[in-house]
Amino acid sequence: MKRYTKDHEWVELEGDIAVVGISEHAAGELGDITFVELPAVGNDVILGDPIAVVESVKAASDVYAPISGTVKEIHSELEEDPGIINTSSEGDGWICKLDNIDIAEFEDLMDKKAYDEFLKED
Amino acid sequence: MPYIPNTSDETRAMLDTLGCADIDELWEKTGITLPKPSLDDIPEGKSEHEVTNHLRALAALNATNLVSFLGSGYYDHIVPAAVADIAARSEFLTAYTPYQPEASQGTLQTIYEYQCAICRLTGMEVANASMYDGGTALFEAMMLAVRATRRRRAVISGAVSPIFREMIRCYSSNLDVELVEVPTDGTRSNHDALVEAVDGNTACVLVQYPNVFGTIEEWSGVVDAVRAKGALAVCSAYPIALALLKPPGEMGFDVVTGEGQSLGLPLSFGGPYLGFMATTMKLARKMPGRIVGRTTDTTGREGFVLTLQTREQHIRRENATSNICTNENLCALTALAYLSCVGKSGFVEVAELCASKARFARKLLLEIDGIEPVGDEPFFNEFVVELPMDASELVGRMIDKGFAAGFPLGRYYLERGRELLVAVTEKRSREEIKSFVNAMEAVVTNW
Amino acid sequence: MGRDVELIFDKGAPGRRGSSLPAMDVPKADDFPEELRRGAPPRLPEVSELEAVRHFTRLSRLNFGVDSHFYPLGSCTMKYNPKFHEKIASLYGFAALHPLLPQLRRGGALTQGALAVIYETERLLSAILGFEQFTMQPLAGAHGELTGVMLIAAYHKDRGDKDRKVMLIPDAAHGTNPASAAMAGFDTKIVPTDNDGNVDLEVLKSLLGPETAGIMLTCPNTLGLFDPNTKEVCALVKEAGGLSYCDGANLNAIIGRVRPGDLGFDVMHVNLHKTFSTPHGGGGPGAGPVGVAEHLVPFLPISRVVKRQDGTYTLQYNYPKSIGYIAPFYGNFAVILRAYAYLLTLGRKGLVRVGENAVLNANYIRARLAGKYEVPYDRFCTHECVISASKQAKQDVHALDIAKALIDRGFHPPTMYFPLIVKEALMIEPTETESKEELDEFINAMLEIAETAETDQDALKNAPVTTPVSRLDETLAARKPRVAE
Repeated sequence: MKRYTKDHEWVELEGDIAVVGISEHAAGELGDITFVELPAVGNDVILGDPIAVVESVKAASDVYAPISGTVKEIHSELEEDPGIINTSSEGDGWICKLDNIDIAEFEDLMDKKAYDEFLKED
Repeated sequence: MPYIPNTSDETRAMLDTLGCADIDELWEKTGITLPKPSLDDIPEGKSEHEVTNHLRALAALNATNLVSFLGSGYYDHIVPAAVADIAARSEFLTAYTPYQPEASQGTLQTIYEYQCAICRLTGMEVANASMYDGGTALFEAMMLAVRATRRRRAVISGAVSPIFREMIRCYSSNLDVELVEVPTDGTRSNHDALVEAVDGNTACVLVQYPNVFGTIEEWSGVVDAVRAKGALAVCSAYPIALALLKPPGEMGFDVVTGEGQSLGLPLSFGGPYLGFMATTMKLARKMPGRIVGRTTDTTGREGFVLTLQTREQHIRRENATSNICTNENLCALTALAYLSCVGKSGFVEVAELCASKARFARKLLLEIDGIEPVGDEPFFNEFVVELPMDASELVGRMIDKGFAAGFPLGRYYLERGRELLVAVTEKRSREEIKSFVNAMEAVVTNW
Repeated sequence: MGRDVELIFDKGAPGRRGSSLPAMDVPKADDFPEELRRGAPPRLPEVSELEAVRHFTRLSRLNFGVDSHFYPLGSCTMKYNPKFHEKIASLYGFAALHPLLPQLRRGGALTQGALAVIYETERLLSAILGFEQFTMQPLAGAHGELTGVMLIAAYHKDRGDKDRKVMLIPDAAHGTNPASAAMAGFDTKIVPTDNDGNVDLEVLKSLLGPETAGIMLTCPNTLGLFDPNTKEVCALVKEAGGLSYCDGANLNAIIGRVRPGDLGFDVMHVNLHKTFSTPHGGGGPGAGPVGVAEHLVPFLPISRVVKRQDGTYTLQYNYPKSIGYIAPFYGNFAVILRAYAYLLTLGRKGLVRVGENAVLNANYIRARLAGKYEVPYDRFCTHECVISASKQAKQDVHALDIAKALIDRGFHPPTMYFPLIVKEALMIEPTETESKEELDEFINAMLEIAETAETDQDALKNAPVTTPVSRLDETLAARKPRVAE
């Protein structure tokens, strides 16, 4: 089950690992993604840290850590083909995986229903 | 006032459309109700003819009649007449930044060609559309290295132009970047000391090629050592010299910048000039300034656009790579036109003439009793000699004889009061060099 | 048209050349050590002079420029650039002048004419804009901004006021403002615009405090509006211990009518390539002189030009509080020269007429377009008007489409999507040098486009069709950069 942030990141648990990406809504707002700057593997990040940058032709958007942890894996394929985020932002378009996470932070995020409500209000 | 076409009838008609009785009411409606300022200190307007005469008179007060051996980073080269003509095309001159690519393919393609030319000169992979001048380009290169390495310290050779060093010092004053200067070793940089000065927080080493004394240094070893310590190697180069010298890219530099004035731009008392900057592809997204890319249109035709714009201030605002907005576009175009008109073989010939004439001048100068060489390293078209008197004083005497004899290094380096930096370009004929040497001999011998 | 791109490097033939150089009349240099020598000469064009001239002439004709097209690019002041300025800039006595000559004979004896130009231009700008002194050194508008905020930083530092780290910037500001503030070491805070298009005074008051370094205001603002509270804003900032910076990008509106110094601004930059009619050159070179009130004079960059009692000019460097060297020499001299010629030609009456006619022309366009286009802040503008394509956007015709359609109709488009606080913004700045007939033709094209937006959206979405290329794939360019070859 995915959880979402107000900055439009999503996070999903795979066992002890958190998979992070940007929401369909965010990808749609940015338009064609042209470049993704990925974090370095091994970096410790704290909830709210900028961990990646997603760029389109006319916009650059920071991706903030939706949860604290250590960068375990990055989706290097995005460097060659950033358009994956446009075709599947909440699936194949994941950005990085974190371990050493704090489950309590995950529980604090919005579920899909709450996020959809948030988008409507916004 | 010849540049405002509105007649009083037209002004009346437009004011009527706006429902304004007169211009005063128009101002009032814009919210401007302040009392009109006094402009008594501003003279009455003059005709173009009168203004031209006034400025001709002022131009005549400037000493442009001296036979010049003055360089110090800014050189008096031959410029084919076609170069200025090309840059003066009003479609280039009166356009602005190519925000609308379909209506700006001329500007965009020339920038692209300029980027190619700079890459070919420097041996690098990507160049931007230019910076203000060589000094700002070197500063921006330092900041690029700071961003790329996330380190906050820069090491700079004392053989980098003092003008550039002063500018970098000025710009760094409010930034959390430590600047470390490594003193020279004669007319060379101190290579070992430069490498030693690189610590774990050092973003880059900044050097110049040829250096401020005209000395050409081989940098491969320093570059390798600096990069092994995780810092970037940055070079400021004299583009004419690159016709003959090993390109900085081949020595492994990460960033190459330089002052492009010598590529067809007039000296114009300090500007406008041209800062060029080129990097490896890996660093392209960290580079400041505009970049033009080649792409296709909706029907598959090729064309050019501004690209990688997310680096820039209009998108990133306070997080941009730099605050630079414009480039020195017309100067970049001039440089491209110069390189095109002079051409591949002509460019090499210019450099060969410069180097050869400089050697001829140096040899004759050193035959004068009392004038001694300073350093015997390889040089390009500029070299240092030591005089038996204060170089500034000699330069003063030489002006009276019709020569700008060179740059008295004591102006920059207190301990070098007797040293004169002499530049020779392809403009100086054998006869001019000989009469220069004769005049020098007369001054030195009769001191 | 339709022909593939041909670079200058694709032309010519091996061995061909266009240059004529003096013969080698001294022994040829042959002493470069092997490890310093270049393997092969740089791959530069091998063309005749005619081929080069023809290539660049052909390229130039693919451009829109002020000399060929109405160019109402908002915030850029694309006014006519008088031809005689170019002749003056190329006078040998200026163009051939080496910037280090003043170092060869002290006192500026060798460069009196050039120093006079710099000094007199400084004095004229100071008088016109109400400042104590100007420096002509900044090399561009953004460079002037940087110089200005560095002066503010130096002022606070000199007073030991170390905590003043926050620069306030309205949400409608150009991106260069926050970027320049960041380069001078400031943190930025955004001041919102109120419903009338002015600085939100209540929020401003809440943001002011002991950490306030200053505010950067564009005057008139980027909506093309004169904020009637400008004096009050400057006063509030001053009361809080901060300084007020005026971004002079829009000076053309108020030149001769309002002196920013009188409004309480401590420092401002002007763009010589906008208000003072020096050519934009496809994106530079420009110049961004900075004017300051008396309390900032000690911090101005060096060198400074001083007029002696005997009427001669000299350069001085001994200003211990100066921020130092922001330019290699004295600024973009050839640009300053053109602006000086322009000021002398205008004179005091001409100056006033520039502002008046710039404002008249912009308001005329605004009034004629209102109705067919939304005018988000519906009040009298100054030198430019910001309209919105929000009505047309309902038919899926956007500001971008209108811009491209204008190209087909022979006009350079206005600035699009700026300021960011206006959706579908089109910012139109006609300048004073355009005739009423030209304005009417532009207005008619805009009205016709608005009609087409209701009947034939595709016709607009496919525009432009009259240009050498149609809309270009910017995504491809950014994903797979081809930036040199």
